[in-house]
Amino acid sequence: MATRQTASLARLMRAPAIILLLIWMLIPLGMTLYYSFLNYNLLNPANTSWAGWFNYQYFYTDPAFFEAIWNTIVLVMGVLLITVCGGIAIAMLIDKPIFGQGIVRILVISPFFVMPPVAALIWKNMIMHPSYGVFADIAKFFGASPVDWFATYPLLSIIIIVAWQWLPFATLILLTSLQSLDGEQMEAAEMDGAPAISRFIYLTLPHMARAITVVVLIQTIFLLGIYAEILVTTNGGPGYASTNLTFLIYRAARLNFDIGGAAAGGIIAVILANFVAIFLMRAVGKNLD
Amino acid sequence: MGRITLEGVAKRFGDVEVIPPLNLDIEDGEFVVFVGPSGCGKSTLLRLIAGLEDVSDGRILIDGKDATDESPAKRGLAMVFQSYALYPHMSVRKNIAFPMKMAKVPLDEQNRRIDAAAKALNLTDYLERRPGQLSGGQRQRVAIGRAIVREPSAFLFDEPLSNLDAALRVGMRLEISELHNRLETTMIYVTHDQVEAMTMADKIVVLHAGRIEQVGSPLELYLRPKNAFVAGFIGSPKMNLFSGETAAEYGAATIGVRPEHIGVSTEGGKWKGRVGVSEHLGSDTFLYVEDTGLAETITVRSDGEVRLRHGDTVWLTPNEDKIHKFDQGGDRID
Repeated sequence: MATRQTASLARLMRAPAIILLLIWMLIPLGMTLYYSFLNYNLLNPANTSWAGWFNYQYFYTDPAFFEAIWNTIVLVMGVLLITVCGGIAIAMLIDKPIFGQGIVRILVISPFFVMPPVAALIWKNMIMHPSYGVFADIAKFFGASPVDWFATYPLLSIIIIVAWQWLPFATLILLTSLQSLDGEQMEAAEMDGAPAISRFIYLTLPHMARAITVVVLIQTIFLLGIYAEILVTTNGGPGYASTNLTFLIYRAARLNFDIGGAAAGGIIAVILANFVAIFLMRAVGKNLD
Repeated sequence: MGRITLEGVAKRFGDVEVIPPLNLDIEDGEFVVFVGPSGCGKSTLLRLIAGLEDVSDGRILIDGKDATDESPAKRGLAMVFQSYALYPHMSVRKNIAFPMKMAKVPLDEQNRRIDAAAKALNLTDYLERRPGQLSGGQRQRVAIGRAIVREPSAFLFDEPLSNLDAALRVGMRLEISELHNRLETTMIYVTHDQVEAMTMADKIVVLHAGRIEQVGSPLELYLRPKNAFVAGFIGSPKMNLFSGETAAEYGAATIGVRPEHIGVSTEGGKWKGRVGVSEHLGSDTFLYVEDTGLAETITVRSDGEVRLRHGDTVWLTPNEDKIHKFDQGGDRID
């Protein structure tokens, strides 16, 4: 009896939060779903009519659509690869006792505190700029001609910027994991005759598997929605070379004022994101038990 | 073969000298126990032998070869750690196979040795489990199994039983002793528990503040402790140590009498006192006698049928032949 009362009280107490969350989620989702079936253009808002599946068909047949999906995958995978590998390397480096460890750790983590547009602007104007960026200076020092990063390698440039921002997060999570590795296990492996490489493969990596899973899951969620970095650097170009799905939707809504088309794109993005989420949870979620 | 010789081995951490230069010989096939209070450097000494710490001075010879600068893996020693240090994501089989995999032992030979070790250690039913699914005693046996399959020239044990409960500890103590009898390999065993030292060792090394206080067989240490520290450390319950006038009577700075060498009487004797606590163990009775004017309490071991209670007045008489005498510096006087 008491248990049942406690249970219903608990349900009552958490109801406001859940209801608020549902409203927060369902209303925008419902409206997007509704708009996606309308001919709704901001240039001619009075002439709104039912469109059926036309918006979806239009979005799907847009050649930019598959390019955007491909770019999204490359962007997410590229950043994950760099941040996980780089994160493990940096975490192992700063795990060692060194002079000025505190300052080094703060410096390593600091990129995370820079907001995305600011970071992107710094990279665009101070590092990758073909005439006064640091990379250009380095290229000139070695007598090479500077690279116009955003024109030549637009997607790679964005991957580098985003990876730079997320590297601290990966490093931080992986470092805490590394610090919980039992020193006696390492010594036991050393006595067992395992060289450093084997110790890394057989002990360190399996120990960090859970942390790597967390990094991959959390980063994927955020990386699917990368937008600001593209907006302030390449603006999705040249052509559609650095347009991901998020940016394609932005283009439809804000450059073509096509609310219906953008909403359809949004719904497609939601479905794709859910596919990725289910796949990820299945593939790597085992590590989280 | 597993003959280990330490020549002037010393260890310093910065300016702190943890182990002053010491010499020690460990014969092939011996069961040697390093014993001492916590912080006496016994684990450090073991880690020096294992190669997990570098010596600051001196040489370590294994089977006559200088191993001072060899890596831990090349010394041919196997170690069992206090925390067992099993690899948590590998099954028991893979844990045991790991050192052989690293040494690139052929697979059928690996399996042969794993099965032999598992049979010897009662692990056959657990080979596919993970360490997390095993009890403390089983984990301990896996750690020993991982050491056995390497067929090392000597085993090093670093307080292997301190994480087990009392009953298991007694059982594992026997198992390790049996293992030693069967394998006849050199074993070096570190513990702070003098009961483990007394029961298992061929040779006990008593360490205190990094120095070797005495090396000898358990009985030697019990019968003829070289100094007051060894006298107080070896034996349970502890030896009673007296200084001042009582000691001066015997021409010593300190004298020691073991609890089992003091007679108790309710009629008369040498020292008068009052029973503080009496512990009845059935086979023995431990009396803690107070108000003797000699020491705060005197521990007496009496037979199980003594019916003395708190507050009873008793007279104690030491067995004069069994009194140990020590001089000002704590060294034994004969």
